[in-house]
Amino acid sequence: MSDIGLNSLGFPKAPQDTRVVVAMSGGVDSSVTAALLREEGYDVVGITLQLYDHGLAVQRPGTCCAGQDIYDARQVADRIGIPHYVLDYESRFGQEVIEDFADTYLRGETPIPCVRCNQTVKFRDLLSTARDLGAEALATGHYVRRVMGAGGPELHRGADPGRDQSYFLFATTREQLDFLRFPLGGLPKSETRALAERFGLAVADKPDSQDICFVPNGSYADLVAKLRPGGVEPGDIVHLDGRVLGRHDGIIHYTVGQRKGLGIGGQKGDGGEPLYVIRLDAATCRVIVGPREALGRRRVLVRDMNWIGPALAADEGLPVSVKLRSAQPAAAAAVRLGTGGAAEVVLDQPHYGIAPGQACVVYQGDRMLGGGWITGTQTE
Amino acid sequence: MTVTAAGRRSYLDHNASSPLRPSVRGAMAEALDLIGNPSSVHADGRAVRRAVDEARRQVARLAGVSAAEVLFTAGGTEANNLALRGFAGRRLIVSAVEHESVLAAAPAAARIPVDRNGVVDADALDRLLAAGDGPALVSVMLVNNETGVIQPVAEVARIARAHGAIVHCDAVQGAGRVPLDRAALGVDLLSLSAHKLGGPAGCGALVVAEGCHIEPLIRGGGQERWRRAGTENIVGIVGFGAAAAAALDDRTGPDLTALRDDLERRALAAVPLARVMGAGAARAGNVACLALPGVAGETQVMALDLAGVSVSAGAACSSGKVRPSHVLEAMGESADVAGAAIRVSLGWNTTAADIDRFLAAWTAMARRLVPSVAAV
Repeated sequence: MSDIGLNSLGFPKAPQDTRVVVAMSGGVDSSVTAALLREEGYDVVGITLQLYDHGLAVQRPGTCCAGQDIYDARQVADRIGIPHYVLDYESRFGQEVIEDFADTYLRGETPIPCVRCNQTVKFRDLLSTARDLGAEALATGHYVRRVMGAGGPELHRGADPGRDQSYFLFATTREQLDFLRFPLGGLPKSETRALAERFGLAVADKPDSQDICFVPNGSYADLVAKLRPGGVEPGDIVHLDGRVLGRHDGIIHYTVGQRKGLGIGGQKGDGGEPLYVIRLDAATCRVIVGPREALGRRRVLVRDMNWIGPALAADEGLPVSVKLRSAQPAAAAAVRLGTGGAAEVVLDQPHYGIAPGQACVVYQGDRMLGGGWITGTQTE
Repeated sequence: MTVTAAGRRSYLDHNASSPLRPSVRGAMAEALDLIGNPSSVHADGRAVRRAVDEARRQVARLAGVSAAEVLFTAGGTEANNLALRGFAGRRLIVSAVEHESVLAAAPAAARIPVDRNGVVDADALDRLLAAGDGPALVSVMLVNNETGVIQPVAEVARIARAHGAIVHCDAVQGAGRVPLDRAALGVDLLSLSAHKLGGPAGCGALVVAEGCHIEPLIRGGGQERWRRAGTENIVGIVGFGAAAAAALDDRTGPDLTALRDDLERRALAAVPLARVMGAGAARAGNVACLALPGVAGETQVMALDLAGVSVSAGAACSSGKVRPSHVLEAMGESADVAGAAIRVSLGWNTTAADIDRFLAAWTAMARRLVPSVAAV
């Protein structure tokens, strides 16, 4: 055997003999991902997922099934000279992501549809299609790093702390991670935009997507009301001490820890302190409010824990840091894995505003060890 | 086989669009130098009109009609829309396996079911006609675009006429591939398209039997005997005429039925679980609709494309995304099979080497993706 080194994707062959599928959303990140791999000489195949009816989402039925993003992705693929396909994942995206989004809200929880999307249509279905096309890897434009460790590939935070997307990839399994590549993980966003300019991509100046893609106007409540007629019910806003302070139009308008926009006319607690949403009670349609101290929680209960960290004994508590919201910094804690995907996280310091339905993602340094869905919290 | 910058490719998607024939290219190149508007009075205008009239005669010969019956349109889709929307007040009855341009032009139409082979149920048509009130328009295609199945149009027309109905036949996939004669079929209206014959895209025709009055969709001029306003697509029409003439004179072309039969026989021998859709019906000789259960048609199309072979699955929308085939579903196929079919369609420049290339790529793909095939 001749001595062949590994190519940049980790395969012992020339880039042109390595087929890699790039999940192209039409945004600047995945476009640059495709262009970088193409420039290195890989056999790049671009795939864009048609996830929802763009015309319906923007309340203009009858517009073409393809939104601007699909058009942009195709333009980029043409520009860099790679084959490009659009896959119709509308029905599975609807079932796996949009339905779950509505149900989660109605349970009084705050969903993260991007995680569901990565977990199902992207890293399960698209990944399987990539294998079917004879690809060795699926590359995405996520800002995370795949680092080869002693025990196989590890998932690390993106090098640019402002861009790190590891929180949204907590459900990535070892098997998926083995097949995935994240060429942008080491770059700052500014460099991605500069690369887009250099490659002459029309999407170089395209703004980052802010909203949840299938709710472009930001009105989650309208969508949930449409999907679950009668599911969004008004109810009472109740103080922890039992006083009814007002009415609300549906618990889906609230999230745990919220202070502004409670619609109770600036009412304060007994000591004049501001009131926060402490809990959402789906069964009785009540929004429970109280002072900030009442939000403090140290124990977080988690389900569907996806663990890709080192093996842990059943009762072993591992010192880690955890992120409980995408935009919050990680906090010191200890994690203990239970059975059937359950896990328990004990925070060193109480945390205020932990919302069931959000993710609890576990880190050691930059390495993401896993994560799961928050089902509940306890004060101690 | 065609050679492109990317290497050798085999184009087996003639039902989507057949490559331009060299003779058509020559005729169109000459027509580019014509000056003037066919409606103009002067000598230049008359010269252009002559070219359009010659093309009209060529297309008429292909359909077995007189030139006066040929109404040029911007393609088969417009022809189908014109036919389905040109007879206000008639109730519409269409087959369940029509092209989207018929189904969408007549969204409220009653649907004639088809049997397992995709052939329309003539008795069901009779019942539909007897059950309703008022004059009807019946639309049944000559050859199905996905399966190549030939419909019993003459029988359909006989039944429809007995009920006083007007009969339209979308012959876009049949012209040049099966015998075509409007009078023999007994229909009033026939849709044709140039680019399925090796002519240019964007040009088609609706044949309207003399005495059949149709309401125009596009107004604003006296072209096409006041039935389709707008200056004629001269170069396209000339190309259409040349393609029609070439299609009629295809004796020197490849024996597509033999190539297609060879393809199907070898495909089924290599992959016994594969199925040919519509195999029990009379079919146009240039189409093989192959289902590979367990492998999505869109995956097959992508994998074959990456291997240098162009085929299609279902009916693609303008974004290139694929929907499950309503044709195969109407034939009673499960979603699993309907979603696992591809269409391989041959044409005037197909060679045995193209068939070999397809089979090599398709069987390699089947072995990779279907574990039970790999064991064979």
